[in-house]
Amino acid sequence: MSSLFSDYDIWSALWTTIKLTVFSAIGSLVLGTIVAIFRLSPVGILRFFGTSYVNIFRNTPLTLIILSCSFVLYIQLGVALADSNAQDFAAVNAFRLAIVGLTVYHATYVCEAIRSGVNTIPLGQAEAARSIGLTFGQSMREVVLPQAFRGAVVPLGNTLIALTKNTTVAVTIGVAELSAVLKTVTERDPGSLNLAFLVVGVFFVILTLPMGLAVGWIGQRVAVKR
Amino acid sequence: MSASVLFDAPGPKARRRNLILGVIGCLIVAAVLGLAIWKLADKGQFDSYKWKPFTTASLWQNYILPGLRGTLIAAALAVVISAVFGGILAILRLIELPPRSSGAHYPVLAIKWLVGAWVEVTRAIPVLLMMLFIFGVLSANGMGSGNGPLIATVGGLVFYNSAVICEVIRAGVGQLPNGQREAGLAVGLSAGQTVRLILLPQAITAMLPSLISQLIVVVKDTALGYNVLYGELLYTSKPATANNGNIFAMLVVIAAIYIAINYAISKFAEWVEHRLQQRGRTAGGPADADTNLGGPSTVAPVAGGPAGQ
Repeated sequence: MSSLFSDYDIWSALWTTIKLTVFSAIGSLVLGTIVAIFRLSPVGILRFFGTSYVNIFRNTPLTLIILSCSFVLYIQLGVALADSNAQDFAAVNAFRLAIVGLTVYHATYVCEAIRSGVNTIPLGQAEAARSIGLTFGQSMREVVLPQAFRGAVVPLGNTLIALTKNTTVAVTIGVAELSAVLKTVTERDPGSLNLAFLVVGVFFVILTLPMGLAVGWIGQRVAVKR
Repeated sequence: MSASVLFDAPGPKARRRNLILGVIGCLIVAAVLGLAIWKLADKGQFDSYKWKPFTTASLWQNYILPGLRGTLIAAALAVVISAVFGGILAILRLIELPPRSSGAHYPVLAIKWLVGAWVEVTRAIPVLLMMLFIFGVLSANGMGSGNGPLIATVGGLVFYNSAVICEVIRAGVGQLPNGQREAGLAVGLSAGQTVRLILLPQAITAMLPSLISQLIVVVKDTALGYNVLYGELLYTSKPATANNGNIFAMLVVIAAIYIAINYAISKFAEWVEHRLQQRGRTAGGPADADTNLGGPSTVAPVAGGPAGQ
C-alpha cells in the first residue's frame, strides 16, 4: 500500500482533483449565474441566448468539451493558459484548460439549479408582496429572492457533487488527477490495480458522501415550508 | 409574455429599458462570438479544405457512422441492462420489513442494508473510474482488445445508472399515497407482490420523464468510452482529422450529432410529462394532484441528471 502511494503520487493526484473541483465550482457558479440572469431576464432575446447556451452545452458530452479545450483552444488556436517557458508548462496548461471545460459544462447545471430555485416560488408570493404595498425592489429583496436561494441550495449541492466526480474526465487531456493514477497503474503494474481502484474509489466516497449528507441536511434546514 | 414571479408586466418605461438591455446584451454576445469567430478564421479553421471532407461519403461511411453506431450500441446495452438491474435493486430496497418476531426479519434487514450501501457507493464513484478499472482488469486478463472496451464502457455505465434508476423508482414510490401499499397488503398480496404489482408500475409511470432524461446522461456518458479505447463517436472519428488538421470541424459536427440526439430525447421527455399531467387532470385522481406542487424534488439529480423543468 505504501509503495502504491510513493510510486504514483496519489496525494498530489488527490490534491489536483480537489483543486480542479474548487476552481471549476467557482468558475461555473459565476458563469452559471450570468447565464441564469440571461435566462430569467424579461428581455426575450437575452432569454434566447441563455436557453441556447444551456441547450448546446448541456447536450454535449463533457469528454468532447474537454477535448475541444485541448485540441481546438490550445493546439489549433494556440491559446495557452500558462507560461510557455515554465518547466511544468504542459501540466499547468492542461490543468487550466480542464478547468475551462469543466466550467463551461457545469455552468449549464448551475443555471438550471438557480432557475429551478426561482421556479419553485408560487406566483402568489410575488402578487401578495406587491398587494401589501411593497415596491418591486422590496418584494424581490424580502420575498422572492430569499425563497429562490433556498430552493436552489439542493440542486446546486447536487451539481457540486456531480462536478467532483466529473473532474475525472480531465484525464482525457492528461491532467494528473485521481483517475490518471488508475490509468497509469493499468499500464505499468496491473497487479496493484485492485488496490489502486479501492484507494481512489474510497477517496471519491470520502469526498462526495459528506457533500451529499451536508446537502441533504442544509436543504432540509433551509427548505421553505409551504 | 406569461406572468412571471420575478417581474411585473412591463409598462412603457420598462419596455424601453428592456429594449436598451436587450441591445446591450446582444452587443456583448456578438462581441464574444465575433472574437471567437475572428480567432478561428484567423487560424484558417473555416478554410474550405477543412470542411470539404464532410461532403464526401467516405468520411461518413468510414469514420462517423461506425462511431455513431458504437455510441448507440453502448447506450442501448447500458440502458437495457441498467433498467433490469435498477428495477431489481429498487424491489430489494422497497420490500416491507417483516415483523421482528418472524424469522425473516434479520435476513431481509441485512439485504436491504447491503443494497442501500451498494447503491450509495456506486453512485459516489465516478463512471470513468469504473470504466478504467473494468478495462484494467480485462486487459490484465488479455481482453484489452476485441469486446473489452465495449464491456468496460457498458459496465461502467451500468454500475452507475442502475443505482440511479433504483433511486428514481424509489422516489417515485415515495410519492405514491401510503394507501396503495396498505391496500395491496390488505387484499392479501405478499410484500414482494405489492411492490412488483402495485407500487412499481405506478412509480415507473410517474417517473417516466425522469427515466427518459436519464437516457440523455447515458448517451453523453458513452463518450467516456474514449478513455478505454471504445469505438464510440469521438474515438472513431478523430483519426479522420489527422491529415488536414480539421479537428475543429470534426468536433463541431460530432457535437451537432450529440445535441440533435439529446435534444430530441429531452423534447420527448417533455412530451411524455405533458401527457402524464393531462391524464392526471382529466382522470382526476387525487393521487396525482400533489406530485407537481413544486418543492425540491426528492430525486437527487446525480452527475447532471435530469435537471430543468
